[in-house]
Amino acid sequence: MLKLTRYILYDILRSKIVIAYTLFLLIVSFSMFRMEENSGKALLSLLNIILIVLPLISLVFSTIHYYNSYEFIELMLSQPMSRTRIIIAEYAGVTISLLAAFLIGAGIPVLIFSPTDTGITMLLTGLALTMIFTSLAFAVSVKARDKARGIGSVLLVWFYFALIYDGLILLILFSFSDYPLEKVTLALSFLNPLDLGRIFIMLKMDVSALMGYTGALYKDFFGSTAGMALVTGVMLLWIIIPVWLAVRYFKKKDL
Amino acid sequence: MKRRITILLFLLSALNCYAHTITTGPAVSIKKAIASAKDGDTVIITKGLYKEGNIVIQKSIAIIGQNNPVLDGENKYEIFTVSGKNITIKGISFQNSGYSAMNDYASIKVIDASNITIENNTIYNAYFAIHLSNTSYAVVRNNSIKGNPKSEQLTGNGIHLWKSNHALIENNHIQGHRDGIYFEFVTFSTVKKNFSELNIRYGIHFMFSNDDTYLNNTFLNNGAGVAVMYSKKVIMQGNRFEQNWGPSAYGILLKDISDSYISGNTFFKNTVALHLEGTSRIEINKNIFKENGWAVKIQASCNDNNFHENNFIQNSFDVGTNGSLVLNNFDNNYWDKYEGYDMNKDGKGDVPYHPVSMYSMISEQNPSTLILLRSFIVSLLDKAEKAIPSLTPENLADTKPSIKAFKL
Repeated sequence: MLKLTRYILYDILRSKIVIAYTLFLLIVSFSMFRMEENSGKALLSLLNIILIVLPLISLVFSTIHYYNSYEFIELMLSQPMSRTRIIIAEYAGVTISLLAAFLIGAGIPVLIFSPTDTGITMLLTGLALTMIFTSLAFAVSVKARDKARGIGSVLLVWFYFALIYDGLILLILFSFSDYPLEKVTLALSFLNPLDLGRIFIMLKMDVSALMGYTGALYKDFFGSTAGMALVTGVMLLWIIIPVWLAVRYFKKKDL
Repeated sequence: MKRRITILLFLLSALNCYAHTITTGPAVSIKKAIASAKDGDTVIITKGLYKEGNIVIQKSIAIIGQNNPVLDGENKYEIFTVSGKNITIKGISFQNSGYSAMNDYASIKVIDASNITIENNTIYNAYFAIHLSNTSYAVVRNNSIKGNPKSEQLTGNGIHLWKSNHALIENNHIQGHRDGIYFEFVTFSTVKKNFSELNIRYGIHFMFSNDDTYLNNTFLNNGAGVAVMYSKKVIMQGNRFEQNWGPSAYGILLKDISDSYISGNTFFKNTVALHLEGTSRIEINKNIFKENGWAVKIQASCNDNNFHENNFIQNSFDVGTNGSLVLNNFDNNYWDKYEGYDMNKDGKGDVPYHPVSMYSMISEQNPSTLILLRSFIVSLLDKAEKAIPSLTPENLADTKPSIKAFKL
C-alpha cells in the first residue's frame, strides 16, 4: 500500500497542480503579511482563505484526481490487491500532497510572521479541514457516476457547508430568538466542520467579543479538556466517516 | 515602669515644647501611647502583633510603624477610627478588620478630617480597607490592599471616599475588593498611578464626583471594569483598561457624564472598551482601542461627543449603536478596517468610513448570532450592507479617516 501511495504522490507532483496551489498559498500569504501593518489583519485574510478557498480546492482537486486516475485504478484492480487498500492509498496520496502544500504555502509564512496562538490554531484547523474535505470529496466522487456529476455534487457540498448551512443557522436563530439557543447552536456547529473550525479560531481571535454573551459558555466548553476531546473526536469522525463510506461504495462498485 | 515613662514624658514635655516621640513596647499599648501623645507628637509602633480592638485617633499626631508591625482586628473590630486634622499613618500592616452589615467597618476609617496622610501601609482581609468621609486634603499613597472577596454584599471597597475634596490617591495597589476605588460626592481630587485588579465589581467606581482627574492608572481584569456615572468635568488620561471580560463588563462605562476629557488611554481586550449612555460634550482623543469585542458602544442618547485621532486596531467590532440618531462626531480617526483610498495624498481617506457594521447591529438585537461572526455569509451580508445601507446609521461616519495609524 505504501508503494502505491508513493506512486500516486509522484503522479500528483508531476501534474504540477499541487505545486501551483502551494505557490498560490505562499504568494498570497507572504504578500498579506507584508502588506498589512499588523499581522492580525493578515491572519484575518488567511482565515477567509482557510474557510473558503481551502475546502473548495481540496474538494475539486480530489475529485478531478480521482476521475483522472480512473484507468490507473482499474489497472491496479487487475493486480492481486484488495479494493480497500487501493482506495485508501488513493486517499492517502491526495491528502498528503494537499497537507504538504498547505504546510509549505501557509505554514511557513505564519510561522515566520505570526507564530502566535492564533496562528498555530489556524494552521491546525487548516490541516484538519484539508483532511475532512478530501475525504468528503472521495465519498462523493466514488458514489457519483461520471466526472461531470462528481464535480457538480462536490461544488454543491462546498456551497452547502460554506454558505447555505450558516444561512440556515441564521434563520433558526432569528425565528427562535425568544428561546435559549446556546446549546442548540453548539450542537448545530458540530454538524458543519467549517463552523467547528471557525469557532475554534474565533475563540483565539475574538475572545473579547465572544465573552460578551453566550461566549462564556463556548469558552468554558471549548476551553475544557472534555470539550477539546469532543471537538477532536468530532473532527476525526468528519474525516473517518466519509472515507469509510467511500471504501464501502468502492467495494461494491461495478467498475 | 509605665508610671516612669509617663513621668518622664511629662517632665520632657515640661522642659520643652518640641514634638515628642512615643514608642510602644510590651508595656505600652498603642492606645496608651496615643492617650499620652499631644498634638504634633509621633507615636512609633514597634514590630509585633497587636490586638487592641478599635483605636480612636483624634489628635494631630503621626503614627509610624517600625519594622512592619501588624494590627489585627480579630474579624470583629474596626482598627483605626481617625478624625481631626494633620494626622499621618505610615508603615503599618492591618489585617482581619471586622465585618458588619450595619456599619461600614474599615481598617482605617477617617471621618470629618483634613490633611490626613495614609502612606506605605499594607491592608489584608478587610471589609472596607480605607474609608474616608467628609475629609479634605487627604493623601493616600503607596498602600497595598488585598481583600478576600466572597460576594458583593460581604465585601467592601478598597479605597472608599464619600463627600470629600482635594484628595490625592496615588500609587496604591488594590485587589480583591468590591470596588477597587469608590468615589461618591468627591470633588477636586486626583487619582494617579494606581493598580486595581481582580475586584469583583468595578476597578474604579465614581458617582456624583465632579472636577476629578484620573491619570496613569491600570485597571485589569475586574468583574465589570470601570464605571463613571452622573459626573461632570472629569479628566481621564493615560490609563490602561485591560481584560475586562463578561456580558456586562466595560473598559469604561460612562453614564450621564458631561464636559469631560478621555485621552491617551489604552483599551486592550475588553468585551466593550467604552460604553456611552446619556453622555454629552466629551472629548475622546488619542486613545488606543486594541483587540476589544466592541471598541465603542454609543447609545443614541449621547450628543456632542467628539472622537478624534484615536487608533482602532483589531477590534471585532469598531462601533455599536442602538438607534439611527447620531449627534456625535467621529472624524479623523485611524480604523484598521478602512478600505478606502487617498488620491490627493493628504493622509486622509477620500471615502468616508462607516464604523458600524451591519453584523454589529444584528448581534445587538440578537446576541446569540455572534457565533456566526467571520463566516462567509456574514461577510457577504456586511459587504451588501456597505453597498446599500439599510440597517446601519448612515450619518455615523468618519469623513476624514486617517490612512496611517497615529503615533500614540
